[in-house]
Amino acid sequence: MSHITPEALAEAAHRELDAILKKTAPLTPKERIAIPVQDMPTQDPEVRRKNVQEVALGYTPEQARLESMRCLQCRNAPCVQGCPVRIDIPGFLKAAAAGDFLGACAVIKKNSLLPAVCGRVCPQEVQCQEHCTVGKSLKSVDKAVSIGRVERYVADLERDSGKAVSPVIKPATGKKVAVIGSGPASVTVAADVRREGHQVVMFEAFHKPGGVLVYGIPEFRLPKAIVQKEIDALLAMGVEIKTNFVIGRTRKLKALIEEDGFDAVFIGTGAGLPKFMNIEGENLVGVFAANEYLTRANLMKAYDFGRADTPIYRAGRVAILGGGNVAMDAARTAVRLGAAEVHVIYRRTEVEMPARVEEIAHAKEEGVIFHLLENVSRVMGDENGCVKAVECLRYELGEPDASGRRRPVEIKGSEFIRDVEAVIVAIGNDSNPLIPRTTEGLKTTKWGNIIVDETGKTSIDGVYAGGDIVLGAATVILAMGEGRRAAASINERLK
Amino acid sequence: MNRILAKTQLSDDVYMMRLDAPHIARERLPGQFVILQLDNDYGERIPLTIADADPAEGSLTIIFQAVGKTTHNLADKAVGESVVSVLGPLGQPTHIEKFGTVVCVGGGIGVAPLHPIVKGMKQAGNRVIVIVGARNRKLVILEEQMRALADEFIVCTDDGSYGRKALVTEPLKEVCARIPKPELAVAIGPPVMMKFCAEATRPFGVHTLVSLNTIMIDGTGMCGGCRVTVGGQTKFVCVDGPEFDGHKVDFDNMMQRLKAYRKHEDTAHHQCHLDAEIQAKERSLS
Repeated sequence: MSHITPEALAEAAHRELDAILKKTAPLTPKERIAIPVQDMPTQDPEVRRKNVQEVALGYTPEQARLESMRCLQCRNAPCVQGCPVRIDIPGFLKAAAAGDFLGACAVIKKNSLLPAVCGRVCPQEVQCQEHCTVGKSLKSVDKAVSIGRVERYVADLERDSGKAVSPVIKPATGKKVAVIGSGPASVTVAADVRREGHQVVMFEAFHKPGGVLVYGIPEFRLPKAIVQKEIDALLAMGVEIKTNFVIGRTRKLKALIEEDGFDAVFIGTGAGLPKFMNIEGENLVGVFAANEYLTRANLMKAYDFGRADTPIYRAGRVAILGGGNVAMDAARTAVRLGAAEVHVIYRRTEVEMPARVEEIAHAKEEGVIFHLLENVSRVMGDENGCVKAVECLRYELGEPDASGRRRPVEIKGSEFIRDVEAVIVAIGNDSNPLIPRTTEGLKTTKWGNIIVDETGKTSIDGVYAGGDIVLGAATVILAMGEGRRAAASINERLK
Repeated sequence: MNRILAKTQLSDDVYMMRLDAPHIARERLPGQFVILQLDNDYGERIPLTIADADPAEGSLTIIFQAVGKTTHNLADKAVGESVVSVLGPLGQPTHIEKFGTVVCVGGGIGVAPLHPIVKGMKQAGNRVIVIVGARNRKLVILEEQMRALADEFIVCTDDGSYGRKALVTEPLKEVCARIPKPELAVAIGPPVMMKFCAEATRPFGVHTLVSLNTIMIDGTGMCGGCRVTVGGQTKFVCVDGPEFDGHKVDFDNMMQRLKAYRKHEDTAHHQCHLDAEIQAKERSLS
């Protein structure tokens, strides 16, 4: 795929929109479908491989209007059914098509608190866009209305306009809610509960709030300044944020209720306990969990050589194990840290890869090499205990397993060696044990996920949970949906 | 923000500091540690052991050696200044009960985290034998405090400038050879010291706890950087430890992992000395 320059995309959109605006009659559905999909302008792959600036540059106003005009305004709005927080998608696209971008953003904000974030990191192709009638009639989800790109455009415009409206806060109720963690689920709960006039204190173990949005997702996909704006918005609403405060250690969860006077607690601590493969050599020097690698690069800014105190392991040849978004983030981070070769090793095929199509495409454009139907069976080290190679096995796809995906089966005797100096394990996370271990009576599944009922309530009265700590590793928007549900129950309880 | 309430230089590059940290002071138990950071944008997060705490004052005592950039910068801070981030208490507390006789071995600044454990073991009614080791007399820390707590106190130095001229493993073996042998050994110090302490007690079958201080970032289980191999299994020092059965720890792997960033650290350390020299020159010129 060759890279189209942002200028060329802007120019094409300009011409297209001019032609449409000259027409007097309203667009027919046929004409709407005929409008070309507006590609996202991006940095040239050769340039962006060497920087950490955002890859996707965002639509021009013309592109945003054109893309919105592609929406058929279906009466049954199948897209809304695919959205975990039920945004009025045809509603905001209608406003955007007319050029009322701030109005469009206001429609989104009725349901979603973090449109600038979700517009960037939501897997729209398996949510709203999967159900889009335009995509269906063009027989490709890639040709659905790019709802996420328009969402991002209007959210960025609203933020930069300085006209963002702070939500109305109801009069103080005297009730107090503790929110543990500061990722997407927690941010949603904090805002929704604060709006009702309750006092909200958010506890974050790291020195900066934002959770996975700051430590996990890289700058080139989600600029940290954008996350900070969202956090600033919470502060402006009167939410108090205590950083360097780990519930379970600095203070026990039960003490928050029994001694500190909190009327309800929300646990949104995420899925932070990296999985390893339990193979020989995985504790050698040069083997990292993606969490560590990404945290060093993102939160600790290790990419800023010479300025950041936190080091990051720089290797010429890097193997990434896994096929999800985190694997793509790690691979593309390794590219930016100067690796000569980055190899993604995944035991199924590209179709089964959990990563977003867009992330896989971006990684390929940046020179990441994919090895499919292959898995690492052993990590090999040199005399100093440093990684020098991985032993791999070839796989083939067998019968579908419980997840419906065809099960990868190893081909016996197919071992071969791939020389690498670093291995990044990105095969997922288990739930963090800190709060369950230090909170008596908090029920979890055998995998350590906190068990909640349909209202987000845990086994302890007044304690709610949501996001990855309940779901296992999921997505930002699902975490927000969970947060929204728990916040509604908390608000109901405190009435 | 955690204000520095007191600062004492214990030897050339070893410092003791009392920090304002009321929550940590209230919750911390022997065996736990903190993570500290001096600059929230570009600073690194370093794990440090807790030497003592005063819940009434809301303070925490740390003892550290100025060996890297952050510890050098920390050492340069004056009373009244603040440390921007202190997180804790982290890790599982030491399991303390009345075992009978407990031998506690501290090497170098490993004596600092040993102090609250000795205190706890003593309070639980144990007979506590303390062995303290250092390279030379100047590097022996907390001697008075340990002497006051211990039923038996043995000090040794590598160069014989104070106490016995011996490595700590020598008196440790002697103590283990006694009848009855101690019920428990606790060894905290440089990795190589802990490794050989574990080897010293192994033939006697004395259960030996070691407290590991590996590279970590978050300290809450999220990054996995601190992992060690214990009994063939991967464990996280921050949430499963920091104390483990010394007879099961793969010390060689741990020591290799500790060197992962040596090249980077050497450069940073060198740079930090250069910066200090430049600053000193600037001060002398102005």
